Amino acid sequence: MTVTAPSATGPAHAAATASPRNPGVPFDPARLRRIRVNRAAADQRAATLVRRRSVKGAWQAAWLLRAVALMDLTTLAGDDTPGRVRRLCGKARRPLRPGISRALGLGGERARVAAVCVHHELVAVAREALAGSGIPVAAVSTGFPAGLSPFALRLAEIRESVAAGAGEIDVVITRGLALRGEWEALYDEIAAFREACGEAHLKVILGTGELGTLANVRRAATVAMMAGADFVKTSTGKERVNATLPVGLTLARAIREHRLETGVHVGLKAAGGIGTAKEALAWLILVREELGPRWMEPDLFRFGASSLLADIERQLEHHVTGRYSAFHRHPLG
Amino acid sequence: MSEGKTGAAGRRGDRTGRGSAAPATGAAAIRVRDALSGSAYGPAPESDEWAMEWLQGGERVFGHWIGGLERAGRGALHETRCPADDRLLGTFRYGDRSDVDRAVAAAAAALPVWQALGGHGRARHLYRLSRRLHRHARLFAVLESLDNGKAIRESRDLDVPLAVRHFQHHAGWAELVPGEFPGHEPLGVVGQIIPWNFPLLMLAWKVAPALAAGNAVVLKPAEYTPLTALLFAEIAHESGLPPGVLNVVAGDGGTGAELVRHPGLAGVAFTGSTSVGREIRRATAGRAIHLSLELGGKSPFVVFESADLDAAVEGVVDGVWLNQGEVCCAGSRLLVHESVEERLHEMLRARMERIRVGHPLDKGMDMGAIVAERQVERIRGYLRSAAEDGARVLQPARDLPVNGCFVPPTLCTGAPPASRVVTEEIFGPVLVSQSFRTPAEAVALANDTRYGLAASLWTEDLSLAMEVAPRIRAGTVWINCTNRFDAAAGFGGYRESGFGREGGREGMREYLRPVGGAGEAETGAGTGAVHAGGTVDGVGPRGEEAGEALAGEGGVGPGSSSGSVRFASENGGAIDGGAAEAGGAIDRTAKLWIGGSQRRPDGGYSLALRDAAGAALAEVPRGNRKDVRDAVEAAGRARAGWAASTAYLRSQILYFVAENLAPRAEELAALLSRSAEMERAAARAEVEAALRSLFTFAAWADKNDGRVHATPFRNVTFAMNEAVGTVGIRCGNASPLAGVVGPVAAALAQGNVVVALPSERFPLPAMELVQILETSDIPPGTVNVVSGLHREVLPTLAAHDDVEQLWDFVGDALSADAERLSAGNLKRTWVDREGVVDWRALSRPATEALLAHGAQVKNVWVPYGV
Repeated sequence: MTVTAPSATGPAHAAATASPRNPGVPFDPARLRRIRVNRAAADQRAATLVRRRSVKGAWQAAWLLRAVALMDLTTLAGDDTPGRVRRLCGKARRPLRPGISRALGLGGERARVAAVCVHHELVAVAREALAGSGIPVAAVSTGFPAGLSPFALRLAEIRESVAAGAGEIDVVITRGLALRGEWEALYDEIAAFREACGEAHLKVILGTGELGTLANVRRAATVAMMAGADFVKTSTGKERVNATLPVGLTLARAIREHRLETGVHVGLKAAGGIGTAKEALAWLILVREELGPRWMEPDLFRFGASSLLADIERQLEHHVTGRYSAFHRHPLG
Repeated sequence: MSEGKTGAAGRRGDRTGRGSAAPATGAAAIRVRDALSGSAYGPAPESDEWAMEWLQGGERVFGHWIGGLERAGRGALHETRCPADDRLLGTFRYGDRSDVDRAVAAAAAALPVWQALGGHGRARHLYRLSRRLHRHARLFAVLESLDNGKAIRESRDLDVPLAVRHFQHHAGWAELVPGEFPGHEPLGVVGQIIPWNFPLLMLAWKVAPALAAGNAVVLKPAEYTPLTALLFAEIAHESGLPPGVLNVVAGDGGTGAELVRHPGLAGVAFTGSTSVGREIRRATAGRAIHLSLELGGKSPFVVFESADLDAAVEGVVDGVWLNQGEVCCAGSRLLVHESVEERLHEMLRARMERIRVGHPLDKGMDMGAIVAERQVERIRGYLRSAAEDGARVLQPARDLPVNGCFVPPTLCTGAPPASRVVTEEIFGPVLVSQSFRTPAEAVALANDTRYGLAASLWTEDLSLAMEVAPRIRAGTVWINCTNRFDAAAGFGGYRESGFGREGGREGMREYLRPVGGAGEAETGAGTGAVHAGGTVDGVGPRGEEAGEALAGEGGVGPGSSSGSVRFASENGGAIDGGAAEAGGAIDRTAKLWIGGSQRRPDGGYSLALRDAAGAALAEVPRGNRKDVRDAVEAAGRARAGWAASTAYLRSQILYFVAENLAPRAEELAALLSRSAEMERAAARAEVEAALRSLFTFAAWADKNDGRVHATPFRNVTFAMNEAVGTVGIRCGNASPLAGVVGPVAAALAQGNVVVALPSERFPLPAMELVQILETSDIPPGTVNVVSGLHREVLPTLAAHDDVEQLWDFVGDALSADAERLSAGNLKRTWVDREGVVDWRALSRPATEALLAHGAQVKNVWVPYGV
């Protein structure tokens, strides 16, 4: 297995060079029937995983730069305005203070994030603000976060966002279908979303905090991948429980199995509640251990985050200066 | 010979310091770009600075800790080195006889002080030890990883925290022992020998319960890994533990042999190989020594098709690759349902590629170094033999460190069932896979081993797990988890994995013994309240071998029996001569009872019984080795069914025996008077005691409940009392009827099957008893009775590999031989030399001892989420 060039410093957006999109496969209930998830074992694995690996010194700094490059810098608040989104896009273009980039030896190359994620109404603003950067705009869609608006409107919403310039669409599933075991209906729903996306990449938000069991999480992820999801994503960030490591583990294993079954690489997006560099490292360890280093690239792994970047900046500054840093020393996103 | 304190009092403060992890500098930062394209994790070294300082850079010469002082001793000097990089860690001496002598003497001298402290006083000491250990946790962890080669993650997250936990848990037992174990006392001086795979943790498992119970200890750590024990002794000394309570004599097997042979020991506890366990069994035979052995294993790791396979793969990693596979309970035999075999193997192969093997002090390593080159050679030998047997031996492609004792994780598939890698304990990171078709076949394969330490079952089907767990012959069953340990749950083996438990209430019993004859009567009245109007006033039971305590109960000791035999006026047609009746009674022939049939002895000989005056009394079959063989085989056939019967049924049957015995009480009393030299009142008391013991064990049959242990995980850990299996019972002469009925009832109540050797001198009541048992719904083979000369039948019984336990209520030279012979299959033995059990008046501690010996504890771990 080859490790592609680290994209933290690479000029191209990974999605452009990445593995082919997931074409989807026919609905296969047999794959759902054999799903078994032992909750205690998943918890145990998640808890010990991060104690089995330790990333220190220069390697830790490199991993944190990687985390920046894997980030969907996100704002999904009701009070978002064009001004707020433009500032965020500026941060997306230059996430680190120049002094830190220099000290880390990045030379002329600049770290940047993977995407900027906004509501539909702000897609155009973001697209304009990111022009020329190669950073795509992702739009949350399909009646985010509950996903319970009329189905036709949900499809229309996807098409409008794509038309407005969104390169990635983050849709939410109807959780009720998963809770009622109506997997084929869920498959049909996601397949329709996939079709509406056209060339835009489809990220499927499972709302794992509302699925009840890890087995349901795995079933929902498997259905989404069969239906053609390019990414499966944990949460909207609006559920009571967001991205947890046991959920991430369950999704990673579903993705691994899908690759064994179909040969297709599907991405994983961890979103909601990941606010510290330490948590980001834990997720990267999880991804590397369960899926392999290939998944540590932006075409196959993303953090959906708003406050994470600030903590990573502080840790990188500590790496550079040997002193512990403060938030106000870094440009606000 | 120099003696003196070379402890580290002056360096105490150093241990709390933190390692000097260099802060990132500008120069280091330059490497970020290299790191971006380089090895993903990079090195993450744990500092060994403070450990090396304690080791004086490897130049320290360690002595033994005896009586609170570090003493140099005169044994040969040996080095201990780090198996990962061959670095010299220190030099120490192998203890010799004089060191062992002094250590045992120091321990004996410490006993009065230690015991006078009482439970609470000892609890304070144990608590202090646990806190000290905790405060120096990282030093212990680093030292352990250096000495043993295990990854720092394990010593830091598993070994040391668990050791702390054991001391704290047992501080609790020290506090509670007086109230929780009434009628018990500590053993005295205990010799403990621990292995090199978990040096500090095994120390904790052994030392904590022994000290909590009030014993003093002489501990011998393994020759590869003496360092953490020496550090612990130093810290224990600094903590104010009374001198001599804990002594550490370093050394090899020779030192261990000296320790085991020492006459000053009251108990021996050993963890290590089954072969050494066997030697220790032989060496301690015939001595009044409490023995607990925690030996090898070849534990099954069973994956059903209903398992969460991803979870099972991680289970394998934790099961057989933990501590480089140098774990006695390693799940080294993978048994996988054929329908998922291929998938699981594929997943395992992928997982193995991600296991990192490297220097134990790198915090990101999964596996460190094998303890020594010799062990590496041993493991390689097994892999060669597997390949020669046609097995496929798979190892990941990753490079190992060039130097040091490293073996990668290994998977063997396709090995024939007789291959050494399938049957023998490897003690290395080698997993051997076999497939099964049905749960029954999985159970059969899982149990197809001499060992019985642990098992791990993987299925999301709860009813399947609960069906299989009781059928696995192992002391620990982990359901959907593996290698979980805790101080509150007993750990120990079935079969040749040894006996005794470490941890929990069951573990405390290994360091306590019932006070002989001093307890209160368990139920009803004691010896005095006998048959209406009768009292024990005459001549008591006796026999050549009866101890004074037993003979004393009846009032008259051995040697004063002349003229004491009274013939009864009535003869109820019993199987003695019955010559008193006019015209002679109808002759009856006593027979062996084997497999539910009355049988003539294989040899065709009978033994003539004579009364004290030398007159012919009766004849009984002279059983031989083939009769014993047949009896054991019959018991073996009955074993599974009886063990699976409900406690209610067993209790009903014991009551039914009592029902059938009671109407014949007078007749049996007459027989006892006539044939066993008993006064009629004493004979009646004997019958009454037999009835009472039937009621006692019928009562206990459905009341000797298991427990749910409070282990600090999200799980249920339940301790089940399971039958041991086939119990051989050698009855004494003191109680010719109650001494047969009592132990048989005790064994049956808990689901065991029995081969009983009745009193050699007074067998007639037992032969009469057969007829009563025969009419009491006891399934054929569940109880077998073989009369004869004990010297002719006992050795066969003791050596038989399908007898799991031997109870001997005589305690003579033959008993010692039997203990030696029991080493073959490491059967549990119980020789009641102290006369704990008085069948005429069962005390509470005696009843507890019978219940404890009649069961083995299986701990089943079932984790749950959230």
